[in-house]
Amino acid sequence: MSESVPGIAPEVFAPVEAPVSPPQASEEVEFVQLLTPEGERVEHPDYSFDLDDETVKGFYRDMTLVRRIDTEATALQRQGELGIWASLLGQEAAQIGSGRALNSKDMVFPTYREHGVAWCQGVDPLRLLGLFRGVDQGAWDPRDNNFHLYTIVIGAQTLHATGYAMGQQRDHAIGDAETGEATIAYFGDGASSQGDVNEAFIWASVFNAPVVFFCQNNQWAISEPIDRQTRIPLYQRAAGFGFPGVRVDGNDVLATYAVTQQALKRAREGSGPTLVEAYTYRMGAHTTSDDPTKYRLNEDLEHWKLKDPIERVRAYLTRWAGVEHDFFDQIDAEADKIAAELRAGCLSMPDPSLTDFFDHVYVEQTAQLIEQKKQYAAYAASFEGEGH
Amino acid sequence: MAKISLGKGINMGLRAAMEADSKVVVMGEDIGKLGGVFRVTEGLQKDFGEDRVIDTPLAESGIIGTAVGLALRGYRPVCEIQFDGFVFPAYDQIINQVAKMHYRSLGKIRMPVVIRIPFGGGIGAVEHHSESPESLFAHVPGLKVVSCGDPVDAYWMIQQAISSDDPVVFFEPKRRYHEKAELDESVPPALPLHQAKVVREGTDATLFCYGPMVKTCLQAAEAAVEDGRQLEVIDLRTIAPLDLAAIFASVKKTRRAVVVHEAPFSLGPGAEIAARVTEECFYHLEAPVIRVAGFDTPYPPSRMEEEYLPDLDRVLDGVDRVMGY
Repeated sequence: MSESVPGIAPEVFAPVEAPVSPPQASEEVEFVQLLTPEGERVEHPDYSFDLDDETVKGFYRDMTLVRRIDTEATALQRQGELGIWASLLGQEAAQIGSGRALNSKDMVFPTYREHGVAWCQGVDPLRLLGLFRGVDQGAWDPRDNNFHLYTIVIGAQTLHATGYAMGQQRDHAIGDAETGEATIAYFGDGASSQGDVNEAFIWASVFNAPVVFFCQNNQWAISEPIDRQTRIPLYQRAAGFGFPGVRVDGNDVLATYAVTQQALKRAREGSGPTLVEAYTYRMGAHTTSDDPTKYRLNEDLEHWKLKDPIERVRAYLTRWAGVEHDFFDQIDAEADKIAAELRAGCLSMPDPSLTDFFDHVYVEQTAQLIEQKKQYAAYAASFEGEGH
Repeated sequence: MAKISLGKGINMGLRAAMEADSKVVVMGEDIGKLGGVFRVTEGLQKDFGEDRVIDTPLAESGIIGTAVGLALRGYRPVCEIQFDGFVFPAYDQIINQVAKMHYRSLGKIRMPVVIRIPFGGGIGAVEHHSESPESLFAHVPGLKVVSCGDPVDAYWMIQQAISSDDPVVFFEPKRRYHEKAELDESVPPALPLHQAKVVREGTDATLFCYGPMVKTCLQAAEAAVEDGRQLEVIDLRTIAPLDLAAIFASVKKTRRAVVVHEAPFSLGPGAEIAARVTEECFYHLEAPVIRVAGFDTPYPPSRMEEEYLPDLDRVLDGVDRVMGY
């Protein structure tokens, strides 16, 4: 780009010097960490993890099981049983830590990758597959598990979360850090550039809505690195909107738990929103349709493998909590069982009929649609016996 | 019985809905203290408080997106978009979220959201303040699209829209805000929300219209009497779903149809009505369905808007054409 435009000084077009890749080593990134990649507990002046090792074992189990579910779903896609799958590989600690910090009355607004949070909320993993297999578009009732439908449009759910939180406010459901209600909105680093996310920040701020914005900065929005979304650390944006932001080691389940819990308490007691940036890494592809070798270096992945969210908990439990091999074997066996059930469940999902879907466009069905359904049903029936 | 304006009808309807259901919240830009730029929400914040009459940040996607969240929480948000041309930042939330939520959840989630949009031209405004984007919403499965044409309908239709469990885009004819009529609140609404209304009976041809064109068509029908023509005028009231039964019944009676709207000619509501009438009333028709509409240009600068907007003469020209077969 050396061509100059007549009448305009060339320096106007000079590209701004941008970093070529995001910071790589954790030493360069300041965040809240309570468990190192080596599995050592460390102190932080503002945050602590005060629960016992049984809880940590529970986190290990959660993370291992959701990784296994995720692996199985990827395999199902590879075998043609799912149209697509969005893997959470590498983000287990961010999701389990934040998910386990939720109280039963808190409400979750996920993207399409929050399989770990869904797990924490008690959503049957099989329900998640419907969307990816193409038999439905979510179709669960958000009220059953306080877990809204997956949202594909990037960032749109942050506004839904904010509106929901404003409803909690109007219902006088906040005011106490333990018994109050909060809402948590998940989104990614790419979404942080969306207008909706920025509008949600403004709304939550000016209405002091009880919402936690939980950004999993996994460094990549499909092929675009974080430096295409921001020139400052994402959590610092919160200051401009007038509420606190905090960056946490997204691969540290103890820290994500502690930081999220504090943010949720703030929301529940009526002190307003918090932005949590969970600094993590998308170890897999964006989705099964994506090929990350086209745009990122394998060394990056190798580097992040050393920070694996599950391995560090295993190291901690083995070295410091005296947990025996049996425990890990049991979890692996449980994971295999869940994976087998998921596979069987997926394969036995009935194919829906388009005829049924005419009924769900409106609460109050229209005459036109009733007629259209009737015509289609008759048309479809005319092929019966022809092997269609 | 009091004589009220169309704008006042909506105001009174909003008030009645808010009194009847504490879950009804009204939200939009300048709707609180100011009472809206057209004063349609005047006095509501004073009486219902800032939690139910919410002055929002200037962010239309935010208005609709948070309304989705409030609806998920059990509220019935009534959103005001200040002007027709400003709805587009919210278009994604309306099309991808509001319209599809019921379908995506196989009926488990309802979106009782009303989106009020003052629309249409004729007020001498600058650009983006005179548009008729109703087809852009009527084409979207999951939305219902209505428009009121007189003060009594304004009062009742807004209440019916709010009580609908489906999302309703409610187009208000802004140049008719000051039209007046008698309203007797004790008389229940004559029709359900999605039924068309015969506002003038006739035998020679039917004028189909809605919103601001209802008055124009009534004037045209009155003028046509001098030419010895008895025109039927039907206020469609609902653009999606169309009240096809009422449309077909009238066409079968008069055998000639003219559709009138301010929205651009091509692919407007007139196109759908013409297609439906052709399919259903083919052997009853004496003439093709004629459309009298805005032109396929962006809305013009206001000095030219009288030329752009269908008026009495343009409607009568359409009648001449439909009678010429």
